[in-house]
Amino acid sequence: MDQTSTFEKITRGILIVLVLLFFLFPIFWILLMSFQNNDQILRIPPSIAFEPTLQNYTALLTGKLETAAGDLDIAFMRNLGNSLLLSTCAVLLSLALGVPAAYAFARFKFRLGENIAFTLLSFRFAPPLLVLLPLSLYFKQLGLTDTYVGLIWVYQLICLPLILWIVRGYFEDISPDIENAYRIAGHSWWRAFSRIAIPLARPGIAAAALLAFIFAWNNFIFALILASASKQPVTVGALAFVTASGIQYGQIAAAIVLSVTPTLLLALYAQRYLVEGLSLGAVKG
Amino acid sequence: MSSLELRNISKGFKSGKVLDDVSLSVDAGEIVVVFGPSGTGKTVLLRIIAGVQDPDAGAVVIDGADVTDSAPDQRGIGMAFQNFALFPHFSTFDNIASPLEARGTPAGKLKEQVGAVARMLKIDHVLGHAPRELSNGQKQRTALARALVAQPKVLLLDDPLRNVDAKLRYEMRLELPRLLRTFDAAVIYVTQDYKEAMALGDHIAVLRNGRIEQWAAPATVYRAPASVEVARLFGDPTINLLPCRLEAWGDGCGVTLFGRKLPVAASYLRAVGHDVIAGLRPEHVVVRETEMSSAIAFDLDAVMPVNVRSVLYLRGPAGVELLATVAESDAGKFGRGHRKVWIDFAPEDLLLFDAATGARLAPRTEARTN
Repeated sequence: MDQTSTFEKITRGILIVLVLLFFLFPIFWILLMSFQNNDQILRIPPSIAFEPTLQNYTALLTGKLETAAGDLDIAFMRNLGNSLLLSTCAVLLSLALGVPAAYAFARFKFRLGENIAFTLLSFRFAPPLLVLLPLSLYFKQLGLTDTYVGLIWVYQLICLPLILWIVRGYFEDISPDIENAYRIAGHSWWRAFSRIAIPLARPGIAAAALLAFIFAWNNFIFALILASASKQPVTVGALAFVTASGIQYGQIAAAIVLSVTPTLLLALYAQRYLVEGLSLGAVKG
Repeated sequence: MSSLELRNISKGFKSGKVLDDVSLSVDAGEIVVVFGPSGTGKTVLLRIIAGVQDPDAGAVVIDGADVTDSAPDQRGIGMAFQNFALFPHFSTFDNIASPLEARGTPAGKLKEQVGAVARMLKIDHVLGHAPRELSNGQKQRTALARALVAQPKVLLLDDPLRNVDAKLRYEMRLELPRLLRTFDAAVIYVTQDYKEAMALGDHIAVLRNGRIEQWAAPATVYRAPASVEVARLFGDPTINLLPCRLEAWGDGCGVTLFGRKLPVAASYLRAVGHDVIAGLRPEHVVVRETEMSSAIAFDLDAVMPVNVRSVLYLRGPAGVELLATVAESDAGKFGRGHRKVWIDFAPEDLLLFDAATGARLAPRTEARTN
């Protein structure tokens, strides 16, 4: 396959570099910023040469932010913990609800089935702001404002449709005869579901769970409106760095680095499943 | 008492009726072949017996007990699927063992039984492999082993040789009847291949348009097909079908084919005056190189050798096309065709069908057919 000319190779190389620069440079710049103080960051012209400092990270980890106007308490580590708790619980709940539902939609024809599935998908169309006002009113009445339960519940709007629709496709790709064969061999419905259907759809379930986790992690608006500081995730917590004495760019950069790390690690770890999961349907023999 | 009995099974989908009042029974140790072209409801019938689909009407009775409303896992059936339907994440051993595992067989006995059936099917050397590492033939044997291992009373085989290569299909056709005899199950074997049906079946049920069109021993289906369609489906090369008219001649009756008057049995008399279709099996056509007084001149268009017999494509008066077969050893004298030949056949070999209904007009004396 060595038919590509040198010109093509060079052009391809340049284009790949351009794309990578476009996507990776912001991350690289943020990483650099996280090791600088505000003065160094705001230098004009900006420079790559600087004396690195860890003060942004120490401020985040200790929860003490020193500004010109005095010390400020920040709850960043708590925000990070909230993010982890909210996203994990939301995805687990979505899996518990969404995987059986996906199976039902894939295997059984029932009245209004397609309509219900589409309605669930349509939760992804609506801009969150559209539902937030009525939601916040309901939440006040139900006493769910500023609770983990309430947030995890709202996060189902993000996670459930995603898991339902991706996993449904996987169940549809599994030949029903494989399950039928297991039933005829003498196994109950539940065993056929748990020992045949679930393991065969596992790459899809893993991919859907990872995507749902990332979407939940990145959510900003639900937590901003429906929760107070003690329950808010990092995305909202980063707002705390916009202080009376100025915007703390260094801390924001460090906070971003810390909050991106878990999802990045998770995505790297699950990359195998993701690629396999998202392409399995296409290449299966 | 039959091991398996189907009583008046009917099943329809949105697109129409698939099975219409199908009844049949299979004794222990008997192999019934359900034969028919694709789309006639053969697979649906098996699914209904297995309990994967419910019939709209009718009952499935196994060993005298009505199981129509039982779940598939309650029926104790063995089934091999056309697409094998192996569990891709289990090893070959675990695939075969799954019916035993469901029945709570202790580990030692389970291993022994899986080993025995694997040896019988010559797959004992691949028990540790995953299904994707197996050849099609091994997959098919694994599926068969899984169906057989628990020694079910009822065994359903859904065209199990469809997806294997020709050589293996031939071997299995010889091997399967012997193998199935040792299990003493009531076997329903579904196929679209008439040779397989002839080779394996104690009885053949010809399924067409959701109905059993004929229920008979293999030789009978071939020699005395119930209808034009059955005659057409059974036999390769296909039967020659020649439209004609049954007329009364003096005492008897007969048809005129290729300008020649052919008397047929007197028992056809009741159908005199009907338009009929005369069926003539290719092997009943005698083809000669030289002219004889009674023979009819045909053009030989082509000679196609097929194993032991060669198929001759003939074109006769008014463009009538006719297929004939001759022993391969005799085919040489015809070269590659494009010549004149003379054909002959015995009027008794004609099968007459009603042109309107397609049903065979059976002479009352079936001496030759049975």
